[in-house]
Amino acid sequence: MEPKCMEVCRWFTYIWHNVHLEQMGSSSFLWNFTKKFVTFGLITVTVSDRYVTVVRVRGGSMSPTLNPKTSSSGNFSDDYVLVEKFCIDKYKFSHGDVVVFSSPLNHKERHIKRIVALPGEWFGSRQNYDVLKVPEGHCWVEGDNAASSMDSKSFGPIPLGLIRGRVTHVVWPPHRIGAIQSPPREELSSL
Amino acid sequence: MKVMSYMAQWRGIAKEAMDRTAIAVKFLCCLHITDAYFCSPTHIYGPSMLPTFNMVGDIVLAEHVSQRLGKVRHGDLVVVRSPSDPKKSITKRIMGMEGDTVTYFDPMLGDATRVAVVPKGHVWIQGDNIFASRDSRHFGPVPYGLIQGKVFFRVWPLDCIGVPGQ
Repeated sequence: MEPKCMEVCRWFTYIWHNVHLEQMGSSSFLWNFTKKFVTFGLITVTVSDRYVTVVRVRGGSMSPTLNPKTSSSGNFSDDYVLVEKFCIDKYKFSHGDVVVFSSPLNHKERHIKRIVALPGEWFGSRQNYDVLKVPEGHCWVEGDNAASSMDSKSFGPIPLGLIRGRVTHVVWPPHRIGAIQSPPREELSSL
Repeated sequence: MKVMSYMAQWRGIAKEAMDRTAIAVKFLCCLHITDAYFCSPTHIYGPSMLPTFNMVGDIVLAEHVSQRLGKVRHGDLVVVRSPSDPKKSITKRIMGMEGDTVTYFDPMLGDATRVAVVPKGHVWIQGDNIFASRDSRHFGPVPYGLIQGKVFFRVWPLDCIGVPGQ
């Protein structure tokens, strides 16, 4: 009895091993593809979180710098901009930096505006002839298109901790590729 | 002939170096994703959260899933980027969500209790030790976007391992 059991066991093991190897052979292409896809996804997410990413600009609150509204170009092509995240390490910004930040009214939304006053500065807004001091750790952001822009004029200075990156270049549409210009000092309404 | 063998050797070494580098890069990417999206350790020190956390230093784990899904609630311990210094993180307890009316008491400004309404998109944070804590009573409600994670487990000191109380 014993040797026959052993032989049957050995036979089963041999069959299972062969079938398993055959299955491995035919699905190895799918497995390779999945591995490469996951690796590519990991690297893309890490680079986009820590170093640099491309973001679509919606709305016209930063015209004419971003999304300028001209009747010839049509309204269906939004700008795409390059956002760098190296500034988040030290939180050192300067006047005229265009930044991406989480909205203080709704943490799921991101806005793009320009910094016009840094922490500790006295800032005079043109609208209501008021002078106020930007608190420590906060900054005053405004859109270039003063007529239609939800910015610090409505929700006050924002903490620097909400800033998620700095816009450096426009990468789409091709005829507008180039670095973002910082406007000359006289145009910024800070004292 | 010798040149060919050197080339073959060099190519073999280069391939092995590339493979090892790829493994290291993948490992670092996994570390970053775990740290930013799932769970990360934080060191807490200072008297503002006594008796929950001690003065000398505690090491806790903070998870980042709840705040992304918007599930942070009243009474949660959260790690928040400080509104007065963005390079620092502070750990406090949430005492009011948006729309709540918060009644608070600041011992340094006398015995009167004050009332504040938390605006939309903000939370009110307070340290457990109200006598030695700089929190929303001083710098106002903080935007929800500053919340980095929710504390769910303490790993150091070893005799207090577990979920922090209250």
